[in-house]
Amino acid sequence: MTVSDFDEYRPPEPPRWRKRGGKRRRAGMGGDRGEVPMVPEAGFTSYYGRPVVKPPPWGDPIAVYLFLGGVAGGSALLGVGGQLTGNPILCRNSRLAALAAVGMGAAALVEDLGRPERFLNMLRTIKLTSPMSLGSWILTAFSAGVGVSAVSEIDRMTGSRLPLGPLRRLLRGLEGPAGVEAAVFAAPLSAYTAVLLSDTANPTWNAAREDLPFVFVSSASLAAAGLAMITTPAKEAAPARALAVLGVAGELIATRRMEKNMDPVAAEPLHLDGPGRMLAWSERLAVAGGVGALFGARHRLIAALSGVALLGASALTRFGILRAGIRSTDDPRYTIEPQKNRLAARRRAGVIHDSITTAE
Amino acid sequence: MNRLTEFPDHVRQTGHPRKGFFTDTSICIGCKACEVACKEWNRNPHDSKDSGYELLESSYDNTGSLGADTWRHVAFIEQDQEQIVRARESGRALVSLGMPGFGPPRQDQAPNLAGADTRPPDTPDFRWLMSSDVCKHCTNAGCLDVCPTGALFRTEHGTVVVQDDVCNGCGTCVAGCPFGVIERRSDGTAGPKTERDFTPGEQAPTRNVGVAQKCTLCYDRMVDGQTPACAQACPTTSIKYGEREELVATAKERVAELHAQGLTEARLYGANDSDGVGGTGSVFLLLDEPEVYGLPPDPRVPTADLPRMFKRAGIAAAGMLAAATAAFLVGGRV
Repeated sequence: MTVSDFDEYRPPEPPRWRKRGGKRRRAGMGGDRGEVPMVPEAGFTSYYGRPVVKPPPWGDPIAVYLFLGGVAGGSALLGVGGQLTGNPILCRNSRLAALAAVGMGAAALVEDLGRPERFLNMLRTIKLTSPMSLGSWILTAFSAGVGVSAVSEIDRMTGSRLPLGPLRRLLRGLEGPAGVEAAVFAAPLSAYTAVLLSDTANPTWNAAREDLPFVFVSSASLAAAGLAMITTPAKEAAPARALAVLGVAGELIATRRMEKNMDPVAAEPLHLDGPGRMLAWSERLAVAGGVGALFGARHRLIAALSGVALLGASALTRFGILRAGIRSTDDPRYTIEPQKNRLAARRRAGVIHDSITTAE
Repeated sequence: MNRLTEFPDHVRQTGHPRKGFFTDTSICIGCKACEVACKEWNRNPHDSKDSGYELLESSYDNTGSLGADTWRHVAFIEQDQEQIVRARESGRALVSLGMPGFGPPRQDQAPNLAGADTRPPDTPDFRWLMSSDVCKHCTNAGCLDVCPTGALFRTEHGTVVVQDDVCNGCGTCVAGCPFGVIERRSDGTAGPKTERDFTPGEQAPTRNVGVAQKCTLCYDRMVDGQTPACAQACPTTSIKYGEREELVATAKERVAELHAQGLTEARLYGANDSDGVGGTGSVFLLLDEPEVYGLPPDPRVPTADLPRMFKRAGIAAAGMLAAATAAFLVGGRV
């Protein structure tokens, strides 16, 4: 277009339609069969390339919490297992690990609030529509059980030197039930964070909603098992090794299923740049740790190294997923293209009553 | 819509009519009076993310986007003839779909523009789209649904408002909004004030730092029966304020009027109560596809899928318990 002589000073226009290198992602969706589509093929336009949805203000403390919350949940399960099967060392180590992880995790959560001094407002109400609200209550209930059982362990380790007085008998009586109570909330604690991420308008997290909980519980299991393999002698850590192998297998399967079920465009940030490298390394470390847990079991050193690899794998999974989602809000394409595609698909299927854009 | 999300009828149960905006972008002149009036009335600081009053190289838009400190944002889009024709075509395709506002398709009543001449004599070779964007005040609001503290609430007028003294800045609502409207205020720099209730010459303190902030549809003015600042300031009545039902009726009349003039690119955004967010309180008349204005083409409130997500998480949690049990059954014998 030429409107005036000064137009040549304009900056070049960004390409309006972005072609995807001729790769057809949706096979069998019309196109080459000569039919005239009622709605033009979904293309991609944006407002000066600016994001459509905003990233939540969640930094590294939230990724740390996702990791530590998982470690705490898995550890509480190992703790109650040790408690019920008569494995006091695994029980003790796992309870202590759960308390440490949940304590640091909660601190990280509070630290990331815009107004940390108002953290108690999280318990102001119970809201079923808010995974964050439910999660706060799960975390609180979990922490209570873990706290009682772990303090009892600490008291026993210090030779009953904690100034508890008559409360000691109460504590000893409560530690078993408290361990079970923590275990009841352990799996929800490990799973709800996936719903927290998916129940958003974030393109990548929302597209992963079907399978992200499975990735997260697997990651929690292998991380807690890895920590137990570090802290607990090989003889007592057999259940932890088994859990590690199951966790690794679960994560490998769940991650693949997740990416298969996701919108291909929304899944792209899982493979790009930093988050992509993190998730790739997470998988390698998980496999290494799983193999170590399976075959190097009796060697304390190999077990410990496998444990470190598993913890690293879980941390990288959490950081990778969190950052991939935040990155997916940078580029409006991840928001607009899947939405245009699904709108066009609905229209092709004859569903035309639910569009936000109407002509009359 | 599932039972977990808000029931759309609750607005009608308050005894107040639902209030909203109708932003008719076809008569917006891009004066940004709405942006200024909004900042002044709500005492919003200068956008904290910018290093200064920088030029964004996006036509006359140097505001950027809606956010914690910007509750009205005027978009400027410059289009050439090719883009105008394309917008007109996409609008015509929308009409041919027989897309209804409500209820089942009414193909017979939809004006058949399939064969219409799409080259009206007044097709300009250049046009400037201007649109004042604002919080949509959705019927099923993602931000409100995911807020853990109850700081976000539904007012008696059907709008969605943050209680500044309750919000603890967790940021979940920021991720929950399909339109990218709400944001946590990080710092913000308010310039020195010389009048009103500020000490002359001193830096005014920034309010509500660390708290989620967005358009309140001027709740404080509304309870006094006043018009929101942006609508009051709008010189062309591009921003209309009133009862939502009346505004939607006005919007439909207006879009029919524009279609009759051959401007098939005109379309409504947010007037359909069956869409992914249950209809918006702020309805827009757009002259091109929504994404051209930076609006999502098919927003969906994330909580609509929440029961399914809870179910999947429940299965996953049960799987974790089963794995732990299996681990002790296997590991106990090793």
